[in-house]
Amino acid sequence: MLFSNPLIYFVVIPLLMLAGLSLCKNIKQIRAVAVIGSIGLLALSTVLLVKYLAMPPINGDHQMAWEGSWQWFPQLNICLSVGVDGISLAMLLLSSIIVFAGSFASWTINQPKEFFLWLILLSTGVFGFFISTDLFTMFMFYEVALIPMYLLIGVWGSGRKEYSAMKLTLMLMGGSAFLMLGLIGIYYNSSVDGQHTWNLLEIARNHAITPEWQRLLFPLTFVGFGVLGAMFPFHTWSPDGHASAPTAVSMLHAGVLMKLGGYGCFRVAIYLMPEAAHELGWIFLVLTGISVVYGAFSACVQTDLKYINAYSSVSHCGLVLFAILMYNQTAMTGAIMQMLSHGLMTALFFALIGMIYGRTHTRDIREMGGMMQIMPYLSVCYVIAGMASLGLPGLSGFVAEMTIFVGSFAHTDTFHRVFVIIACCSIVITAVYILRVVGKLLFGPVHNEHHRQLTDATWWERLSTATLIICVAAIGCFPNFFANLIKPTFVEEIFKVFQYNS
Amino acid sequence: MDYSQFLAMKQEIALLVVFLLVFLYDTFMPQRSGKGLPVFATVLMLIATIGGFCSCCLGGTCSLSAFSGMYETSAAIVAIKNILNIGVVIVLIQSIRWANGPDMAVRRGEFYELLLVTLFGMYLMISARHFLLFVIGLESASLPLAAMVALDKKRYESSEAAIKYMLTAVFSSAIFMMGLSFVYALCGSLYFETIYINLAAQMSPLLILAMAFVLAGVGFKLSLVPFHLWTADVYQGAPTSVTSYLSVISKGAAAFALLVILAQAFGTVYSQVWSWMLYALIILTITVGNLFAMRQRNMKRFLAFSSVSQAGYIMLGVIGFNGTAMAALMFYILVYIFSNLGAFGVIQAIENNCGKVSMDDYKGLYKTNPRLSFAMMLAMFSLAGIPPFAGFFSKFFIFTGALAQGSTAMYVLVLIALINTIISLYYYLLVVKAMFISPDESVIPTFRSSCSERLGMWIAVAGIIFLGIVSCVYNWLLGIGAHTAIFQ
Repeated sequence: MLFSNPLIYFVVIPLLMLAGLSLCKNIKQIRAVAVIGSIGLLALSTVLLVKYLAMPPINGDHQMAWEGSWQWFPQLNICLSVGVDGISLAMLLLSSIIVFAGSFASWTINQPKEFFLWLILLSTGVFGFFISTDLFTMFMFYEVALIPMYLLIGVWGSGRKEYSAMKLTLMLMGGSAFLMLGLIGIYYNSSVDGQHTWNLLEIARNHAITPEWQRLLFPLTFVGFGVLGAMFPFHTWSPDGHASAPTAVSMLHAGVLMKLGGYGCFRVAIYLMPEAAHELGWIFLVLTGISVVYGAFSACVQTDLKYINAYSSVSHCGLVLFAILMYNQTAMTGAIMQMLSHGLMTALFFALIGMIYGRTHTRDIREMGGMMQIMPYLSVCYVIAGMASLGLPGLSGFVAEMTIFVGSFAHTDTFHRVFVIIACCSIVITAVYILRVVGKLLFGPVHNEHHRQLTDATWWERLSTATLIICVAAIGCFPNFFANLIKPTFVEEIFKVFQYNS
Repeated sequence: MDYSQFLAMKQEIALLVVFLLVFLYDTFMPQRSGKGLPVFATVLMLIATIGGFCSCCLGGTCSLSAFSGMYETSAAIVAIKNILNIGVVIVLIQSIRWANGPDMAVRRGEFYELLLVTLFGMYLMISARHFLLFVIGLESASLPLAAMVALDKKRYESSEAAIKYMLTAVFSSAIFMMGLSFVYALCGSLYFETIYINLAAQMSPLLILAMAFVLAGVGFKLSLVPFHLWTADVYQGAPTSVTSYLSVISKGAAAFALLVILAQAFGTVYSQVWSWMLYALIILTITVGNLFAMRQRNMKRFLAFSSVSQAGYIMLGVIGFNGTAMAALMFYILVYIFSNLGAFGVIQAIENNCGKVSMDDYKGLYKTNPRLSFAMMLAMFSLAGIPPFAGFFSKFFIFTGALAQGSTAMYVLVLIALINTIISLYYYLLVVKAMFISPDESVIPTFRSSCSERLGMWIAVAGIIFLGIVSCVYNWLLGIGAHTAIFQ
């Protein structure tokens, strides 16, 4: 039965929220729907995580928990197939945390009804993507998550919002055009006996895609997802889009949506096409290596707070793809940790920037200073986020980056090692731009006397940021818990590509 | 003569009955009850549509032919006629207010009669298995349309559009018949079946010329590039009800008729002659339609070029040349009917209320008419192929159907089509941007559309939302596609 599967509720709850929202009359009801719904999602993902830990560990024959499949278009073998492993559960937890925090961060938005409608449609897409194991439904949810961005940025954004919204939508949809071709190609090559399937696990089990087709389809799929993962040179939507988006949208987009890219890269491209992944991985390794360093350097010269974080996102998300392309357990575990860590920390950054901007009405760091004296709570939060970003032990960034670099350096050939060393430089550059902002913005003299009248965070802002900080610290303090969740998926019997490295 | 063969033509006969009743009503009812005609015609058409679906469900699915094989019907043909019927019903519902306007008092009957005649012609085009019957269908589907385009007699553009349409229609059917005469010279028959057999061994320059001429004739109805030049002017000049009819019904019928000709008459030379011609036409059609649509400010011209590019996507279903692709084609036509009529419904409602048709006038529409702009946005998203709306499913399936062949050329073609969807997304989003994002004060005041307009829009919106997600429609079409005998 459809509704006896708990995973379905990740889509059902947002849909109920949408229905509830359309009936709402005033802002209080809207807030109530948003908060109750996001608490429901948070509770659901927590409960599932606890249950998952109690289950026997996954292996090659039993990769997914709570598997379920319902026919949709039987002649084309399209099903609504769901199933999660530790990684998807971690992603679902991350998404629900950020939706929760995002609801509080947009507490006083204008036109709240429409705003939350689009925001929740977006999260429907995100949750649906992470629970799907069927390529068609996965792709459908992927696109559902993309299009609300246009209106969210266009209507509620700031700055050059029309330009950014159009650029972001077209670039991401452009990526998904390649992706669509890749996925249909995978479908037609999914089996030898003509019984084509869209189901990820079955395709991997059949292992029927010939190396020639893989060489064609792997780049299409990887680039398709890579655009959303801000891979160089397809990252240019990211700075403009994030800078123009309203707070909660930046949080959700940088925190969750960009993870769809990385998740898709390993779940679809590398998982289904190991031979091509091995052969062509180096091309994308070069590109993501450039992302990592270039993003970090760009962040150093920006003066707009949002641009700084958007470029830092490019750098950090580049690191995710970089680690995924290393094809070994340690590095890929690190990549997932980095996804979690980056999701939480960027959401925190964007939430704080939104709160500061809401008070000072400027995001230019040259026009601000001494915030520590004016709004100590927000400033302390900003310092914590910054420390997480530059990899202070005890916070999430250190754990993720350490795992990635240790795992990546396990490659013994010069090519990989050189690139790992280059990517390592980004840690130093990150420290440069984080400390520059912290020093300029928070410490030092008060730049503008009018800023002295500004107030510190309100209760909903404190709730939103505190949630995120607790999670960042949790990953930093208990990394093994998350690593154990992730590791069982990255084994040779599931990811065939590992065999080339062992 | 065996009169029972007329029973194969149930749908044509139903249409004829509708036509006669409308004609009698128009001729004999007193002047004051003339305002009842639109509703009368709509209800009759609705009954005919429901009847068609009932007979389809009650097992009228076997292939029947009549008139010594000149006419044929089968499950797929019944289905496409029913799909066109649905579109006509929506067009009629949307046009009730316009047809009851003061200008139309003396021409009300003509609109309905001409429309039904053209629909009859399209039925014949789809069912014909002999080129003589096909030409009769083609002519009766084209020429009355010119009169319909000219219905807005007092507007200069309307007459201009009618003349343009008339001249191109006549010219293209002349070319088409030239092509037919070549075919006759090669095969000695105009029966599809005989042509199919006789062409098998042939490959001559004359054949290629004949194919090109035939394609040009049908390409005009489909407004494929380079036979599309009439489209924008005619769409703009014609009354909006006629434009919406022209853009969906006429196009859908022509696409399916082309598929039938290709498969049944010229199937044997498909891979040598047709496929490359069609590849080139599709690429041109999609790309040129898209590039021109980007610069349009008049909504009707804008949708004209968008429909040119949509015709290219429709052709992808034709070129797939198998049952899956045919099902995808029929589904695409169905979804396209709903999405495009959704857009035209909004345009018509606004035009009826304040006469504005420019995209610049739509700025800030969301603030004054939120529901209209929402319907328009859904229509645009569906046309652009954004999930979870029906347009996404129809695009996805038409690509899937086309790629079933698995040739590299097809992959390249689909890639080009996919890149074009991004261009089309850009201009569809321009409309959304004008309505939702532009900060300008709206020039269109808040108004309440009439009952019929709202009904038409609700139907279109319901179709856009549910046709894709509710899988039974496409599964039904796939079932028909899997058992069709069209591809022998």
